[in-house]
Amino acid sequence: MHALWYTIIVIMLSIYVVLDGFDFGAGILHPFVAQTDKERRQIFNAIGPFWNGNEVWLVGSGGLLVFAFPKVYSAGFSGFYLPLMMVLWLLIVRGLSIEFRSKEDNPLWRAFWDACFFAASLVLAIVFGAALGNVIRGVPLLASGYFDGSLFTDFMPGRYPGVLDWYTIAVGVFAALTLAGHGALFLAYRTLDSVRERCMKAAKILWPAILLSGVAVTYLTWLVRPQIYASLIARPWTWTLASLIVAGAVLIFWSLRHGRELIAFAGSVAVITGLLSATAAGMYPNMLMSTIDQAYTLTAVNSATATNALLTGLVWWLPAFFLAVLYFTNLYRVFRGKIDALEDAYGHSDTSI
Amino acid sequence: MDALTWHRVQFAFTLIYHYLFPQLTMGLALIIVVLKGLALKLNSQRYDEVARFWVRIFTINFAVGVVTGIPMEFQFGTNWARFSNFAGGVVGMTLAMEGMFAFFAESAFLGLLLFGERKLGPRLHFLSAVMVFVGSWLSGYFIIVTNAFMQHPVGYSIAGDGNLQLANATAFLLNPWAIWQYLHNMSAAVITGSFVVAAVGAYWALMRQHEDHARICLKVGVIIGLAACCLQLFPTGDQQGKMVATYQRSTLAAMEGKFESSSHAELAIIGQPDVVNRRLENPIYVPWILSFLCYGSFGAIVEGMNDFPPDQLPDNIELLYYAYHIMVGLGTFLFALMGASAAMLMKGRLYANRPLLWLLMLAFPFPYVATTAGWMVAELGRQPWTVWGLQRTAQATSPLVHGGNVVFSILGFMGLYMVVGILFLYLVTKEISKGPAQLTGSH
Repeated sequence: MHALWYTIIVIMLSIYVVLDGFDFGAGILHPFVAQTDKERRQIFNAIGPFWNGNEVWLVGSGGLLVFAFPKVYSAGFSGFYLPLMMVLWLLIVRGLSIEFRSKEDNPLWRAFWDACFFAASLVLAIVFGAALGNVIRGVPLLASGYFDGSLFTDFMPGRYPGVLDWYTIAVGVFAALTLAGHGALFLAYRTLDSVRERCMKAAKILWPAILLSGVAVTYLTWLVRPQIYASLIARPWTWTLASLIVAGAVLIFWSLRHGRELIAFAGSVAVITGLLSATAAGMYPNMLMSTIDQAYTLTAVNSATATNALLTGLVWWLPAFFLAVLYFTNLYRVFRGKIDALEDAYGHSDTSI
Repeated sequence: MDALTWHRVQFAFTLIYHYLFPQLTMGLALIIVVLKGLALKLNSQRYDEVARFWVRIFTINFAVGVVTGIPMEFQFGTNWARFSNFAGGVVGMTLAMEGMFAFFAESAFLGLLLFGERKLGPRLHFLSAVMVFVGSWLSGYFIIVTNAFMQHPVGYSIAGDGNLQLANATAFLLNPWAIWQYLHNMSAAVITGSFVVAAVGAYWALMRQHEDHARICLKVGVIIGLAACCLQLFPTGDQQGKMVATYQRSTLAAMEGKFESSSHAELAIIGQPDVVNRRLENPIYVPWILSFLCYGSFGAIVEGMNDFPPDQLPDNIELLYYAYHIMVGLGTFLFALMGASAAMLMKGRLYANRPLLWLLMLAFPFPYVATTAGWMVAELGRQPWTVWGLQRTAQATSPLVHGGNVVFSILGFMGLYMVVGILFLYLVTKEISKGPAQLTGSH
């Protein structure tokens, strides 16, 4: 039951990263791939119907974490107090920049929100990557089950590391690159003409960089947390997850050469899913490792809620998840393919809605 | 001030600010369904235009509600870690269900409602509005169940490590406290929505603009508003009061400013509680009524604050007392205003009655104030507990997050929320002065 709920959280978070990841990527890339206001509107209409729903997967994962692993939630969230507060502010600015941008024709108004959208997306992508880096590296958890996470200490991943050290920053940069590449492929799939071409060009630059930095981060992870690889080797079924990454990467490079943006995007989904699930599989059963004493580590076993509650949770989670998948399939089906003028809800201020 | 106070100030500030938006979201969601339903039934272009106007306001409001809502879920962990640890196994379920059942439906169908009118056609587009309504009202239910557990815990057991665990999911989800609190809260949201709709209708009517649309807003706003005002007092307000009187007797005493226990207890309409000298100054009483309202009999004994040990009483009796009296006072005023407007509407004279239109236009902030005051009653009244009888607020905070951290984040929230508030008001005022678009593009 613990393993099952660990898997559920990983599935939810992976869906979050895959979905919200492309609109983060859109935020990072849009100043470069779209220059005129008309081109920018393509970007906002490409992600417009989706971004808010995508973010719900984060809220849903958070709720499930409170329910299934309250100790991990309370330790993690209180320990990362300051970075999380800044994440919240950035999420607020980012959400409003998407929704408020189109409400005014004034070019300065739009330029301001474009800048906010870019900056908030970029910083959040780095911070979320750094957060994953913290989970992999471990945090100074005390016997009480809590920790006081400093923003930074000596930038070294030692016994008392800060939220930011050379390792977590590296993971953050890798995450931002990956999401930018992911977003480039999504935008290439949804947009037209010059924007599409620039996105394809960006993807061709980004993906080799992602590949290289991915290899580098894999090596750094081995320095910081070699146990992950030991567990992965000991669990042969996890090799399918690793091969998912390779297959996805191959698919991306093949379809970039042949101009097949949807297949390339599917490859990018595979890469991200593979990376996250392989990391999670290598971590299991650890959820929040202590850098102070292995005995203080919070695992899926010692921090889970009562087993009968987890069982009850499964009874409603399954249909709810099924419904959510149904809603989202429908949403993405209605707005599949290239954006067109008919769904332009943000650009026109003179017509309906 | 100590860290605990700062934690409470931050949570109160971010929560009060946040809830200004969802109450309109939930109220408007219902009204938009009604407007779109009427548009379909009457095959009326005007109703469609009014519905589209309110969807535009809804979008702006919804966006601010979403972005200010995420901090609420985070703060359970960042600021109230020991509460999450203690009660997460129970209340985590409804927090997760809110995301899984409500937010997914709401957000996925909002995308269709905003972007899909021309792709979906009128019937499916109406269905999207219905799903947004269902999603937002479900989300309200799960949050109220969470709060109701904190007010009146049911369906739990205590695990070996001293934390709470879910013992009976049905009992937890159907907590009687939750049912009444939910209905009371939702009818309040509808009151907010209908006052806002009526206020915009009154504004256009007074300006002699968009007259057809103004009439629709006034009619729909006043009829729905009067119905919700009635439900607010009876049965939901009455039953919610009886819940407090039954399960939170010390809270009741503080709300009413009642120090001495007595039978045939009097209801204080007004007066200032002097907590140090244990008396109510300048009171105006209605005799016997409090006993009857609480327990259905004039002879019933209502306990006063003097009968409870000080560490069992709310720690801010004055603010609790005023919040409660403001809620009830404004509730009565709003009921009277909607009643008068409905009477004029029935006679067909509302549209020409300029003084009443002025009142309707200016009254829209009061439902917000009353709702905020109502939530202050719920939250201040639960003190000194986070989970009634099980965990004290002082024991619920994050142990390693010190006051310096919290002051930093409070200041950040205050600055950011001020900017958000100004932008929100600017954009909404702009939409209102632009009015409903007469031209609807290429259908």
